[in-house]
Amino acid sequence: MKWVEGREVVDTTGPPEAPARLVDDFTPDLIDVGAHHLCPGCGEPVAMRSILEAVTELGLVRRTVAVFGIGCYTAFSNNLDVEVLQALHGRAPSLATGVSRAAPGTIVFTVQGDGDMVNEGLQEVLHAAARGERISCFMLNNGVFGETGGHLTSTTVLGQRTKNTLDGRNAAQHGYPILLSNLVAQLEGAAFVARGAVNSAGNVARTKRMILRAFETQVAGAGFSMVEILTMCPTGWFIETQEAPAYLEENLGAVHSIGVLKDWQ
Amino acid sequence: MDGGAGVTLTRGTVVVDVEACKGCDLCIDACPPRVLVMTSHEVNARGYRYPLLLPGCTGCRACSQICPDFVFQVYKYDSPIELP
Amino acid sequence: MTVAQLLEGSEAIAEAMITAGCRFFSGYPMTPFTEVLEHMAAKLPEVGGVCMNAESELEAVGMAWGAAATGTPSATGSTGQGLSLMQESLAEITLARLPLVVLNMARAQGDYYQATRGGGHGDYRHLVLAPMDVAEAVQLSQLAFDLAAAWRNPVVVFGDYYLAHTAQSVEVTSLRTKPADRPDWALDGTSGGSGRAKLISPLGSVKRRDDVGYDLAAHYAACARHTSAMLTSVPPLVELDVPAGSEVVAVAFGTPARYVRAAVRQLRSEGAAIGYVRPITLVPFPTAAVRSVCAAARVVAVYENNQGQMIDDVRLAVLGDAPVEFIGGLSLDSSGFGIAPDLDVATLRLRLEALL
Repeated sequence: MKWVEGREVVDTTGPPEAPARLVDDFTPDLIDVGAHHLCPGCGEPVAMRSILEAVTELGLVRRTVAVFGIGCYTAFSNNLDVEVLQALHGRAPSLATGVSRAAPGTIVFTVQGDGDMVNEGLQEVLHAAARGERISCFMLNNGVFGETGGHLTSTTVLGQRTKNTLDGRNAAQHGYPILLSNLVAQLEGAAFVARGAVNSAGNVARTKRMILRAFETQVAGAGFSMVEILTMCPTGWFIETQEAPAYLEENLGAVHSIGVLKDWQ
Repeated sequence: MDGGAGVTLTRGTVVVDVEACKGCDLCIDACPPRVLVMTSHEVNARGYRYPLLLPGCTGCRACSQICPDFVFQVYKYDSPIELP
Repeated sequence: MTVAQLLEGSEAIAEAMITAGCRFFSGYPMTPFTEVLEHMAAKLPEVGGVCMNAESELEAVGMAWGAAATGTPSATGSTGQGLSLMQESLAEITLARLPLVVLNMARAQGDYYQATRGGGHGDYRHLVLAPMDVAEAVQLSQLAFDLAAAWRNPVVVFGDYYLAHTAQSVEVTSLRTKPADRPDWALDGTSGGSGRAKLISPLGSVKRRDDVGYDLAAHYAACARHTSAMLTSVPPLVELDVPAGSEVVAVAFGTPARYVRAAVRQLRSEGAAIGYVRPITLVPFPTAAVRSVCAAARVVAVYENNQGQMIDDVRLAVLGDAPVEFIGGLSLDSSGFGIAPDLDVATLRLRLEALL
């Protein structure tokens, strides 16, 4: 114990003296460098952690290729201990298809934002799902184009303020959001489709199970799998970091509902 | 968790990488036993406040799983210890 | 032992690519590229390869990108308009240092700028091979794979409607004596978890070691050095027929060059002092060869089926030693796809005679 700001607290500067086992390390095995320049309170690293933990838990790392789209999360493309193929904005599903078809048996997953997957790359993900490609697409959905500063995407919900919809998205001018997982679930080639979130420890755990199920789907050769992961973006939402988990639930989560939409078994 | 006579039964603990923290506060609400508190004026080299740990940690990993900046290392004691 | 067969250009190119080791092809139907896709769809699976019927040109080039990253000899293509759609990806594939063969089965128009300069962003160059007939297409399609693999760079094979739909008796003989090894930069997952997992990216290939991201300047500088080495090391190919004392030298590329050559030979048989040059590699352009045979000419006449594109490179090669005149022009049939009315020896003769 020690005293900080007049309060007696546990000394957290080093490992405990009493016998204990490590149950979670700073970074998952497959993240080489934890430091990044993403905003305080960003949900994307939280989602990345879960995805990479799943790859390790299933013993897939020596046969996995990750295909990255373009967004804030691209910051992780060159610091993972997983083979990475960098794609263009929206194009990850076609690159992933090329890898998967040319080297069958390779586990391939994509990491894309909502702007990447639902705006620029809508046809790519729909076609890959329709084809039943044996790839797992992970969409980090924060309802904005984060990297350009927080702009309207196809998943932005009505009323949401963004840099280019400062009065809030309205249907007459900006149309309605696309609930991508719901669309993909209707395609016969899609074997597992789910939507999770990382705004609470409980949701992180539930989303992790969805991610594991997506990889299981791919390993089993059952078809296309996708997990949409709602992530916090306090910067893009013009709110404080502490408010982001509730904002996610009340706004994005109220439209893009959390749950498993389709499962092959 | 009250261990009686002013001690708290503590099942786990964390190591905090203070300099990695960006003061987002997500861990505070995520912690089920609510044993994390942010500093009020102490800041790290980049100017962010960071979490302090009170007795009563259960080693549940909620903090490490919700933290965007890989600040936490989580341990579970072989046997619960008592902390003041 | 190979046997001579009467093959349409599209089929011959498909056979040549397969012979060269191509095991991944992706494409979208578009005239006059469509038949290449048809042949690859039928033939590639027979040799254990994969042909994907992509839902768009963007997805076609994307799939080829992914396949190329696994070290599989890969190709895609389209016609000029379809290649226009692929430009961003082609630029980034080049910056990612990936081998890829790209077919341009052009319509009538000789889109020289698109092929040689590219329409994408950034400092990148593609090698460009322009066959004149089906037999040459069989050779150059194979050479394209060797060059792409050797230089880790896309190579364009510039064909057209005429080539695609002309049948010629050809033997598709392999140019290679042994199959290529799988490159060590290729992705297959196995370097994952080793501490040195591979990365293929247009932004660089060096993994971060602290919180600093990509070093773009270093990567682009390395790409520039590689491009420079490629352009100066790949031997330019050119067909030269310029007797000493030629007063007029005609320059043309691709299938129209057969007509220009025929017109030149006809005029020469009647006593004209006329020569003919046909660049076969458009990149690297045979600058030195063109310069040496044009320096003493009275006029250099460039024929191409566009408003004047290759003429720029001819002027750069000649560098004022002789005047360079344009005798080409956009010549299209009513469909816009097919055989240009200008592809007629009599028509071309008149234009050359006017300069003699």
